[in-house]
Amino acid sequence: MGGLFVLAASAAGSLPLGVTESGNWFLRNAWLIPLLPALSFVGILFFGKRLPRGGSELGIAALGIALLLSVCTGLAWMSHRDDYHGQETHLSVVAVDHDGRAADPGGHQVHGEPSVAVTNTVTWFQAGGVEFTAGTLVDGPAVMMLFMVTLVSLLIHVYSTDYVAGDRRYTHFFAFMSLFSASMLLLVVSENTLQLLVAWELVGVCSFVLIGHWWEERDNSDAALKAFLTNRVGDMGLIVGVTVLFFAVGAARPDTFGSFSIVETNALASSGMLPHTTLLIAACCLMAAVMSKSGQFFLHTWLPDAMAGPTPVSALIHAATMVVAGVFMIARLYGVFFEGLSIAGTSINLMALVGGFTTLVGACLAFVQRDIKKVLAYSTISQLGYMVMALGVGAWTAAMFHLFTHAFFKACLFLGSGSVSHAVHSFDMKSDMGGLRRVMPHTYRTFMIGSIALAGLPPLAGFWSKDEILAGTGGWGLLGGTGGNGAYTLMLVMGMVTAALTAAYMTRCVYLTFFGEYRGHGQPHESGPRITVPLWILAGLALVAGFANLPKGFQLVPESLQERFGHYVEPVAGYFPQVTHATPSWSLAMVSTLVVLAGIGVAAHYYFVRVARASKAAGQSLTELPNGPTTRLAVARLGHTLLANKYYLDHLYTGIVAGGTKGPVARFAYRTNQEVLDRAVDGVGRTAVAAGRVVYHQIDQKVVDGFINGSGQVSIDSGEKLRRIQSGKVQNYAAILFAAATVLAGLLIVFV
Amino acid sequence: MSVVVLCAALPGLDPLTGGEVLVAQNVAFAVIGLTMVAAALRMVTTTNVVHAALYLVIVLAGAAGLFILLGAEFVAVTQVLVYIGAIVVLFLFGIMLTRGSYGTDEDVGRERHLMAALVGVLVLGVTAGSLVDTFRDAELARSAPSTAAQIGDSIFGQYIVPFEAISVLLLAALIGAVVVARSD
Amino acid sequence: MLLNQFLLLSAVLFAIGVYGVLARRNGVLVLMSIELILNAVNINLVSFAAFREAVPGEVFALFVVAVAAAEVGVGLAMVLLLYRNRRNIDLTEIDLMRG
Repeated sequence: MGGLFVLAASAAGSLPLGVTESGNWFLRNAWLIPLLPALSFVGILFFGKRLPRGGSELGIAALGIALLLSVCTGLAWMSHRDDYHGQETHLSVVAVDHDGRAADPGGHQVHGEPSVAVTNTVTWFQAGGVEFTAGTLVDGPAVMMLFMVTLVSLLIHVYSTDYVAGDRRYTHFFAFMSLFSASMLLLVVSENTLQLLVAWELVGVCSFVLIGHWWEERDNSDAALKAFLTNRVGDMGLIVGVTVLFFAVGAARPDTFGSFSIVETNALASSGMLPHTTLLIAACCLMAAVMSKSGQFFLHTWLPDAMAGPTPVSALIHAATMVVAGVFMIARLYGVFFEGLSIAGTSINLMALVGGFTTLVGACLAFVQRDIKKVLAYSTISQLGYMVMALGVGAWTAAMFHLFTHAFFKACLFLGSGSVSHAVHSFDMKSDMGGLRRVMPHTYRTFMIGSIALAGLPPLAGFWSKDEILAGTGGWGLLGGTGGNGAYTLMLVMGMVTAALTAAYMTRCVYLTFFGEYRGHGQPHESGPRITVPLWILAGLALVAGFANLPKGFQLVPESLQERFGHYVEPVAGYFPQVTHATPSWSLAMVSTLVVLAGIGVAAHYYFVRVARASKAAGQSLTELPNGPTTRLAVARLGHTLLANKYYLDHLYTGIVAGGTKGPVARFAYRTNQEVLDRAVDGVGRTAVAAGRVVYHQIDQKVVDGFINGSGQVSIDSGEKLRRIQSGKVQNYAAILFAAATVLAGLLIVFV
Repeated sequence: MSVVVLCAALPGLDPLTGGEVLVAQNVAFAVIGLTMVAAALRMVTTTNVVHAALYLVIVLAGAAGLFILLGAEFVAVTQVLVYIGAIVVLFLFGIMLTRGSYGTDEDVGRERHLMAALVGVLVLGVTAGSLVDTFRDAELARSAPSTAAQIGDSIFGQYIVPFEAISVLLLAALIGAVVVARSD
Repeated sequence: MLLNQFLLLSAVLFAIGVYGVLARRNGVLVLMSIELILNAVNINLVSFAAFREAVPGEVFALFVVAVAAAEVGVGLAMVLLLYRNRRNIDLTEIDLMRG
């Protein structure tokens, strides 16, 4: 480690990183947290089947201890953040930029009271004179993620013991849940991008394995493959981006030719030591990774299919943790994105646009789903879009806060849907649910809490984080502007529209599931305590998590309770860009609440009033009006068809992108053939028949046929000869291989 | 025997530099080299599979001798231990367990031999031609044999990653062999 | 000693190994011929190590020995499997991929 960093005082032109190697024991030993589930993975794999509860107790124990450690780490971080300033042990890095100018530490002012992250690294391996390190970087976002991941993971483990009880691969399931938790925890404490990449791929593999948990059904294994392959597309972006950054950092540092260190990359990027074009390229490549992992438009198509996995997997991996890995990666390398995409001072950029578009697209799609889990999946896409959009407009804290609150209420909703499906043995809201609020009171209540939190009504969690994002766009000029990093009015509008849509589709979902009359078969029943207790804990968190970050200037609480989350989570250090914070505004909060209420009102009017009345009239529980807008209005029908086919994106990928242009080309050729050529040929043909008769006997039979037969014979003969090469005998192939390789080598030697 | 000595001396008679001719080493090289070539030829032509394995032992022992000549004592010892001690024994077990091959391996058609010989000669021709062309009269002048300590330093320092990779490979091969050869 | 005398010897052994791989029908003999090829490679590596007075060549020769051990293990397992299924390890009779 010492070779990579030098102390601040020792050299001029060095850049302070805001990182120290000393600190509380918990902060230095955060590597224990991912290690525990990793050990439990190995333990379950080898001894799981012999344990009385099939290995689940190992996973739960490991995560319980990990949660305890995370909480201790969190508390240690809070006191470290408040008390420790340790400037004398700051690490820093010597750098010159591409024009040869040395870094100017004075030019990189830290905004506000600095935070000092704690790092602990060891040399992983050495190659080509570069030390590759592995280690932990513990700061606000890492601590927050550690807590969130261990807590949600523990609850979902407990839930799973009931949900997958009796499954034939029970042990296997828990082993991979453990491995997943370990990889995700490794990802959040990663000190360098190489380690991040490793963890990133590991979570991808776990996701693949768990989506395909019931691989005997073709659909499930297809979904797993689709998830994996779509993620591969983005992973290439990650690999390229990381490599670009590696060499970019090397170019700025006289003492080495590359570095994967996250803090160095960020510090150099945010102090303007890296060329803007390089950062732009890297940011775009990394964006591709985010788009695939975090389900951003147009690589989001795998996420709804990933619901083929068991529900706890959907809740843990495809809603609360893994899919936010992309968002977290942006947050981690925020210096790169902030400078590369020029987030400050503009009104549009790639990330904000992708996020804003995704949030709208996902919310629209959630309307037309019959499958309750797919509603939640599209909702997840939409909310991830919200986070990416927030990062795109520079509202870093808001994005992290939304990530935090979203994990709780979305996990709660997913587990609620799992509890419902456990009872009715189906995910289809229209044919198998309805009226469940009476038989499943706990699930109903927690689901309602989660829905309201997701819709964003005060004072539940979703309201606070969503409102912060909207304020952070800086687009709200009315009644006392909010002053974000730029004037992202378009993103504000997208966010508002999505808020209304979210409220509406959650109302639809709640109605179809819990209201009306039961449409399925059998007797649904409330799930057991191992399912309802985690539900209540998550619902409780969805209720109160929002208070962690009450907005600054919120007059109802003392100042010491405002912006606690932002204070502890957002780094104020050399490795973090200088973002401008938006001031929250009462008017915006009120307007957004009104928008949400309007969304709920419209949907409630449709379902709770009109559909309910129609149901009574029809004497059965309907799920939509018999002559609703989709049957009456052509525009609505068109929109519904478009949404029901997911904007035809899957068709685009399989039909056009994968199948090449052969479809249209073939059709065009066919039409040309039918209409143009055929007629021409017909005409020509008729006149030519007479002449043809003469020609036929003379030329055709003798010359042309002879030629054609001859060429056919040649190809048969040559094929027959070539067939012998294809003897199936390995040694013949080897002989050809050896001979060809030798000849080629000889040619190389002679001519090169 | 005199032919052997002559052959041995030939490469040492360096007409260009007139440098010191290490006769003893060259003699050793010639003896070992010719034995190896002869044993190798017998190995690939003999019809008795057990004999072939024994000829392989001779070739491998010859290689170990060459390593000592080249001052690579550690590699030579490893060669003897691993190759002759383990791999050849493995081969003998393989021969025993596949009784169909125990004893003789009847000859195949001339065509096949011709093809193989042709490819072999082609390989030899291209390799030898380029070697002679490239290295001509480059002298081997090693001042001191390498020590096990140096090799250990190198393996566990610079080449630790390939070393770990190889150990994983060995494990994978072990498991793979067990899985493939398991009788159920 | 000349470098070339080692390299040429190794080339001869390599060529003989190639002949063995291509000509023999017995699976075990083919594996032995592959060992011959690997040994020729090893001689090359060690000669260059001596020529350049550097250790890495020898280190890689050791790696080759390890790889050869792995290869023999898997190879013989495959031959055993072949024998168990067909009572025969004649490679010329395995032509399921014939075109």
